[in-house]
Amino acid sequence: MTKERFYKWIFTALAFSSLFFLLGIMITLLVQALPMFRQVGILRFIGGKYWYPTYSTPSFGILPLMLGSVVVTTGAACVCIPLGVGSALYIHELAGPIQRAILKPVIEILAGIPSIVYGFFGMVIMAPMVQRFFGIPTGLNAFTASLMLGVMATPTVCSIAEDALNVVPSSFKEASLALGANRWQTLVKVIIPAAGSGISTAIILGMSRAVGETMTVLMVAGGAACIPRSIFDPVRPMTATIAAEMGEAVMGSLHFHALFAIGLVLFVITFIFNIVAEIISRRFRLRLGLGR
Amino acid sequence: MDSDIKIRAENVNFYYSETHVLKDISLDIYANQVTAIIGPSGCGKSTFIRLLNRMNDLIPGARMQGEILLDGKDIYSPRTDVVELRRRVGMVFQKPNPFPKTVFENIAYGLIINGIRDRAFIRDRVKQSLKKAAIYEEVQNRLNENALMLSGGQQQRICIARCIAVEPEVILFDEPCASLDPISTRKIEELILELKKDYTIVIVTHNMQQAARVSDFTAFLYLGEVIEFGPTSKIFTVPEKKMTEQYLAGRFG
Repeated sequence: MTKERFYKWIFTALAFSSLFFLLGIMITLLVQALPMFRQVGILRFIGGKYWYPTYSTPSFGILPLMLGSVVVTTGAACVCIPLGVGSALYIHELAGPIQRAILKPVIEILAGIPSIVYGFFGMVIMAPMVQRFFGIPTGLNAFTASLMLGVMATPTVCSIAEDALNVVPSSFKEASLALGANRWQTLVKVIIPAAGSGISTAIILGMSRAVGETMTVLMVAGGAACIPRSIFDPVRPMTATIAAEMGEAVMGSLHFHALFAIGLVLFVITFIFNIVAEIISRRFRLRLGLGR
Repeated sequence: MDSDIKIRAENVNFYYSETHVLKDISLDIYANQVTAIIGPSGCGKSTFIRLLNRMNDLIPGARMQGEILLDGKDIYSPRTDVVELRRRVGMVFQKPNPFPKTVFENIAYGLIINGIRDRAFIRDRVKQSLKKAAIYEEVQNRLNENALMLSGGQQQRICIARCIAVEPEVILFDEPCASLDPISTRKIEELILELKKDYTIVIVTHNMQQAARVSDFTAFLYLGEVIEFGPTSKIFTVPEKKMTEQYLAGRFG
């Protein structure tokens, strides 16, 4: 009996450790970011157009960095939504057992490639191709970063979207076919709407992955902390900024705190993405009458 | 008598990959009559009914031999338009399966996929179908609610209305009351008796009393074979085969 209680206690502690880590990270971020907000002010930090952290009169405006993230994430969404949702629909609806047996593991392997490999590939292969193809000064820009991030996020989108399609009861499909609908009508008018919020969840989680991705953008996005005017401009997304500058920022300096503040902003953004995804997917299950 | 035959199955054999599920089934289904298919679980009754609108086409590795004639034409001939066939032969499933859409959209679905755009016509047909399915009174003020919010019995009648809306000639009921309470079951049975004026009805049921109450003809299937087929009154009172008698008496099944 005591043994049983001991195990119960151990597993409870293990399970709740993630809550502990989450709280720990949140508190650390807040505490370290606070001096930044106190000295510069939230509005000037978020709305400031200039990121000159090492000038003699430094300026800590993260608008260019945020826009860098926005451009790259939007670009990635343009790649990973059609690729991810399209492959999910193909695997679910059209693929035969052989195609499915090939595609599913391939997509999972794609998800397992370390991000540095994507970055490396983007830098060495994609960037020169983009540069030559568009005839622009550098291939290390938001466009190339979007492509790489898009491909990276595709497996996430695909596998979650496919799960959403699998949850749609096959009785809906049968009902539709029995009424004389063809496969295409059934897919567009019954299956996709029924899986709609699940697919939205997939897209949001894919984008949340793209926002938080660091290594690839650090290597491929070009690293210019200015407000981008086109998709072919080099950018410096928030994640890349932290990764690039943390090593050189003096501990305890304003720059150091500014990087923590960027981390906090990132955390809040991905947190919102995840909450929205959770709400949508819960509504989805309720709507299909599946309970929580 | 022959002109009254709506569907004729001739020497139908059906296999799920290696398993021989239906063995040499020959059966006539008469127009504007209710034909019940009874038998213990796993005897192939659902498989048989799903051959009549080619729902089994979806099963990989399934194979069918023999002929099924609808108004004298083989529905398994390569020239058959499956979509057209399914419009003529509607189906109501074991578990109520309305779409996660509003009541109205559920009924209108079959019309819209058939390219009907005339809104007044659709509204009219939805109302008619709901009335025919004896559900109009209960849902007339809830047409814009999600159909999944209705009770199981109501959902099943919505499915019947959805089926009626495309004006089929035959309606297949695959154990339509299996998941319903006795009161809902009774409503569906009354409805079936009402519907047979306009439609040819085939109903699969494992409930013998139900078959006795609603059907004009009964086929008793056992292990994929038709043991006995004839007028319900005869099958239930003076069955020819010993096995039918035993099944009806509850000795096995």
